[in-house]
This record gives sequence, structure tokens and C-alpha cells, in this order.
Amino acid sequence: MAGAKEVRTQIASIKNTQKITSAMEMVAASKMRRAQDRQAATEPYTRKMLHVIHHLAHAHPEYESAFMRKREVKNIGYIVVSSDRGLCGGLNNNLFRKLLKEIVEHQENGIGIKFCTIGRKAMGYFKRTGGSVLAEISDIGDTPHIEELIGAVKVMLDAYRRGEVDQVCLATNKFINTMTQDPRIYQLVPIHGEADTKLKHHWDYIYEPDARDVLEDLMARYIEAGVYQGVVENAACEQSARMVAMKAASDNAGDLIDELQLIYNKARQTAITQEISEIVGGAAAISG
Amino acid sequence: MSMTIHVDIVSAEGEIFSGLVEMVYAPGEMGELGIAPRHAPLLTRLKAGDVRLDLGDGKEMQHYYVSGGMLEVQPHIVTVLADTAVRAADLDEAAARKARQRAEEHLRDAESQIDTAKAQAELAETAAQLRAIDRLRKTKR
Repeated sequence: MAGAKEVRTQIASIKNTQKITSAMEMVAASKMRRAQDRQAATEPYTRKMLHVIHHLAHAHPEYESAFMRKREVKNIGYIVVSSDRGLCGGLNNNLFRKLLKEIVEHQENGIGIKFCTIGRKAMGYFKRTGGSVLAEISDIGDTPHIEELIGAVKVMLDAYRRGEVDQVCLATNKFINTMTQDPRIYQLVPIHGEADTKLKHHWDYIYEPDARDVLEDLMARYIEAGVYQGVVENAACEQSARMVAMKAASDNAGDLIDELQLIYNKARQTAITQEISEIVGGAAAISG
Repeated sequence: MSMTIHVDIVSAEGEIFSGLVEMVYAPGEMGELGIAPRHAPLLTRLKAGDVRLDLGDGKEMQHYYVSGGMLEVQPHIVTVLADTAVRAADLDEAAARKARQRAEEHLRDAESQIDTAKAQAELAETAAQLRAIDRLRKTKR
């Protein structure tokens, strides 16, 4: 019964794998829900902030911040958000593909590209393929905090202030629903301010200490919050992509087990039949 | 019912408080601020400290610690944009330096120019793998 025994161990090992993948699926599902909540929680902050920034920019056009001024684009900085871990289907891959398409276009126009990576997958990718990476952050875990992102964002913003990049974009995945994540590239800096027509009437804040300082501070925080939002959304995408991938893996394992079970049963049946015929044959030989 | 003012305390990581209060006390950069309803529009940075909310009706004062942030006041609404992290120029700079170093460590032997052909090849490979898995699944059904 050698064949049957082998099949049995194979089944046992696949069953173990299935246990792991279905556990991962469930873990991802619960993490996804939490990540979505976190994402929703960032919304009021950025909305409020943008509101204040626009108001400020309108009330004080003379303080036009560098972060709002458009300039000729010679270099672009990309903040690329990826996951730390794999087993999440084509999530990172799709994002990199979209990004690469843009990069190729920019390179044709002679625009320089710089990166700042968040998450191990992006780092690994640019490590293999080359690319000027100014800063990297990884191991942010399931609960990202703004604290961990400040450094990387600052590197990009400093580069922007010094004129090393003329535009900063954020590449991240947008959460559409559990099944769909859409890679997106947003422009972070310069902040595109839309003319707010409601601000026709004149009123202004009292500033402490002064408008320029407050505005600069607000801008930096707004951009950080934008990156944070991207990271949190990407985390939600990662979990949902993992959930789907793990569900597929569990289903596959189930199919495999069914097939192997059939093979095992056949092998077992053959062995029994053979034994019986041997016994019958032996008995016949003795009595005959 | 006395006059009230709406207060939102939000941070990038979530909403902390939202509701009507009679008075807000906040640690402004230029000194402690007390904000009553119909305060003039004001925008200021906050120092680390307590934001206190007087809910009125003899209710207990509510305290929220903020490590800094922004305070926006309009006649009927006060918004505290709280920082979740302790901020200081040198701390930020240290974080930036760390992020830069990490990138340098990882990329010591990598090309500084992105090799688009290689990048595309790698993506194509992974995409093909995923497609193959997909096809395998479909044919089995």
C-alpha cells in the first residue's frame, strides 16, 4: 500500500496548508475592516485642513507658499506606497506597472525621477531595477502612524524646497471594494487650490504668531496627512487583496484534496482487492 | 440654555471629540486661550498641553491632551487639528535622516537610474505568473 500511504501524507500536508491559508484569510478580513475604519477616520482632518489652507491662501495671496506655486517640471518625486509583505495577489505589481508607464513617459520628455518608498516591496523593486531612492520607510505594520512617515515625507518636501524636484506625487492603491483595488497616482505638491467662490466676502483670521508661519505649518501637515491617508488606504487594499488571494488558495487546496482523496480511495480499493484475491488464491491452492 | 459653540477635535488618525460646549480652553503658542461662543476668527498653533472643554450645566470639565497642532476658531465652530506625534524641528530632521540612511543602505550597489526595461520585464513575469494561476483555476472548474 505504498502508493496510498504517499497520497495520504500529501493530503495531510495540503490540509495543513489549507488551514494556514484560511486562517490568513480570516485574519486579513478582520484587519481589512479595521484599516477601512482608520481610513475613514482620516477624512475629517484633511478636509478641514484643506478648507483652512484655501481660505488662508485667498485671504493672503502675498504669502503664496512654495507648496502652492506651480513651476516648470524638470524633476518629479514619487512617494510610492507598497505593502511590507507579499501574498496579496497583484496588488503591488499593478501599482508598479501603472507607475512605470508614467515614468517611461517622463523619461522620454527628459524629466528626472526620484523616489521615496514606503513598504518593503517598493524598496525591493527599486533595488532590483535601479532608481534614485531618496528615502525609505518600511515595517510600518498594520497600524501605521503619522510619526513613522514624517521622516520620509520631510525628505521629499526638503527636496522640493531646494528645487531638486518640482512636483511630488503619491502612488498608492485606491480601495474600491473588497474585490477591486485601483492603483492611483495623485499629485501632492504643488497643492492645487481651486478658487473658492464662497470667499468673496471679506473676513480674516487673527493669526498667532503670523499668517506665513501658520500657513507653512498647515501645508506640511496637510501633505503628511495626505501620505498617511494613502498608506492607510493601501493597507486596507493589501488586506482585502490578501483575503481574496488566500480564499483562492484555500479553495484550490480543497480541490486538490478532493482529487487526492479520490486517488487515495482507488489505491486503497486496489490494495484490498489484491489482498483478497491473494487469500482466495492461497486458500484454493491448499484445498486443491 | 446658555450659548454654546461647536467643537471638533480631530487628528490625522481619527476624530477625538465633536459636540457643543460653553467654553474651550486651549494652550496657544502665544499663551493660554479661552474661547467663548462668537469669538472672532482666529488661527493659531498649539503647544503641547491640555485642551479643556467646559460642557456647562455643572458637568465636569473634559480634558484632552494634544502634543501640538492648530486651532481654528470661527464664531460658532472651533476646530482643533491635533498632532498625533510630538513635533520639533530637530526630531523631524532626525526622522528624515534615518529615512535617507535606510535608502542609502539598501541601494548601495544599485543603479541610480531606473532601468525601465528590467523593471518592465520583472512586472511582466509576475503578471504572467498570476495569469497562469488564474487560468489553472478556470480550466479546473
